[in-house]
Amino acid sequence: MSTTFIEGSIAVAKTVGVCRPHVISAYPITPQTHIVEHLSELVADGEVKAEYVNVESEHSAASVVLGSSATGARTYTATTSQGFLLMIEVLFNIAGMRLPVVMTCVNRAVSAPINIWNDQQDSMTARDSGWIQLYAEDNQEASDMHLQAFKIAENKDIMLPVMICMDGFVLTHSFDPVELISQEQADKFLPPFKPEYYLTPKNPLTFGAMVGPDGYMETRYFIEKTMHASLQVISNVATDFHNQFGRFQGGLIDTYKVEDASLVLVAMGSIIGTIKDIVDELRAKGQKVGVLKVRSYRPFPKDEIYKALSHVKEIAVVEKAVSLGYGGILVNEIKSVFYGKPKTPKINGFILGLGGRDITADTIHQVIKETAKAASEEKFVGLNEALIGGK
Amino acid sequence: MIEIRVHGRGGQGSVTAAELLGFAAHSDGKYAQAFPSFGSERMGAPVQAFVRISDKPIRIRSQVYKPNYVIVQDPTLLEVINVLDGLHEEGLLLINSKKKAAELGINTKIRVKTIPAMEIAMEVIGRPIMNTTLLGAFAAATGEISLDGIRKAIQHKFPGSVGEKNIAAVLKAFDFIKKESL
Repeated sequence: MSTTFIEGSIAVAKTVGVCRPHVISAYPITPQTHIVEHLSELVADGEVKAEYVNVESEHSAASVVLGSSATGARTYTATTSQGFLLMIEVLFNIAGMRLPVVMTCVNRAVSAPINIWNDQQDSMTARDSGWIQLYAEDNQEASDMHLQAFKIAENKDIMLPVMICMDGFVLTHSFDPVELISQEQADKFLPPFKPEYYLTPKNPLTFGAMVGPDGYMETRYFIEKTMHASLQVISNVATDFHNQFGRFQGGLIDTYKVEDASLVLVAMGSIIGTIKDIVDELRAKGQKVGVLKVRSYRPFPKDEIYKALSHVKEIAVVEKAVSLGYGGILVNEIKSVFYGKPKTPKINGFILGLGGRDITADTIHQVIKETAKAASEEKFVGLNEALIGGK
Repeated sequence: MIEIRVHGRGGQGSVTAAELLGFAAHSDGKYAQAFPSFGSERMGAPVQAFVRISDKPIRIRSQVYKPNYVIVQDPTLLEVINVLDGLHEEGLLLINSKKKAAELGINTKIRVKTIPAMEIAMEVIGRPIMNTTLLGAFAAATGEISLDGIRKAIQHKFPGSVGEKNIAAVLKAFDFIKKESL
């Protein structure tokens, strides 16, 4: 297979294009992304036969994909940061109505202070919205995930929206070699969207009507149950993709040199690539280090993570988001994986790269150095000591 | 793996230069990665862009701190920022300037080359955009990318007569550096 040297955002736009979306909606202002910008060009040039709806806010963009999805259309949107936060009310509605919308959350910091750079606070804020959340390691995976996302979302046993989380700038603005997906390949992988229930005058239905205390709780129960069922579907779709395209970036998780490792770093998104380089560097010196990528964050693959890490002595969770007043978010969940198990490894949490603070090889080395110290703890790595007045 | 840092000012096409370098290396059959220094770009403000070229897939995602090569599009940047920062001792600093390297007063043992890219671009392209011209000089001075790779990159990015003019400027800059080193 040949690769194209292409910007991450453009690669994703092209993949979304071959997924044959019927409706794309976006709010054309900063913060936005090249993804919807390029999709608007593809639609205007007639290369993608979709209705492209420009709207006056991100809230409206989410509402347009909600409404159009309810009529049985395959729909897509993308946003980031503040725009994402403005969508959140509607995101809960999309999941509650069981609409298989696919969106890209280009991961960026949220205000205040104003900061347009990369971290993962935006999508983490919608963790409990009922959306399946997948995090991409590189632009190949980000591109491929979008084709997989529609297949997962539209599975008749799932019918939940899927959010692809892709690190802003670090991936979206980077040019890399990417194997693009042709229309023919996409059609072979992704069948047309044929929902069992949709809005049509021929068979009037109501979506999202009022449900009182006698029924609301059951809707939450079913989404929770479906989330658990989607673990298998996400994994199967990744296998199907592997079979057709020969590329596999992990199902629910992916591991790199974890099998015999005594220390494993756990992370999500583009930081995985940098960590892999450090793993190889330390392995060459005889240190048994590995990295585990959480690819599916919601649903959270507890069993797979436990299976992969049960032999490990030390775990360092690195993350680009924080639950203020608690600490690391992912580290909390990794700790819960080991609750009630016979052996618990030492688990340290590290918050880094907030607001675009560059994550370098030195940052990862510092994480590993801190992990070697005795206590399990959580801390910020890469702080500017001059700005915080010393230690 | 080799790493390249491009310095310029917003509007001079530094990110495009990085993209074209990466595209050329990719056409040459290598792995490449190109990206801007992330920020809110403004016309005229100092900007940076980065390129990595390798025989193996590139996984690292940090910015470039120890480049093998530095390309400076705007010589006035020499007064504003330390373009030598982190540059390998056996590396190369390539500057768009009609002055000779010795006349620029750069205090370094690292190899410095200049190319009158602005003058070449004005003569051949007819516009004061010298990013592609510098690529020709870079190829001649380093051998890290081929002329054919640059040609493919420019034809992809700027199809038609605009691309052809840029390619002519690349060839002129390539010859300029080659003749100088004879």
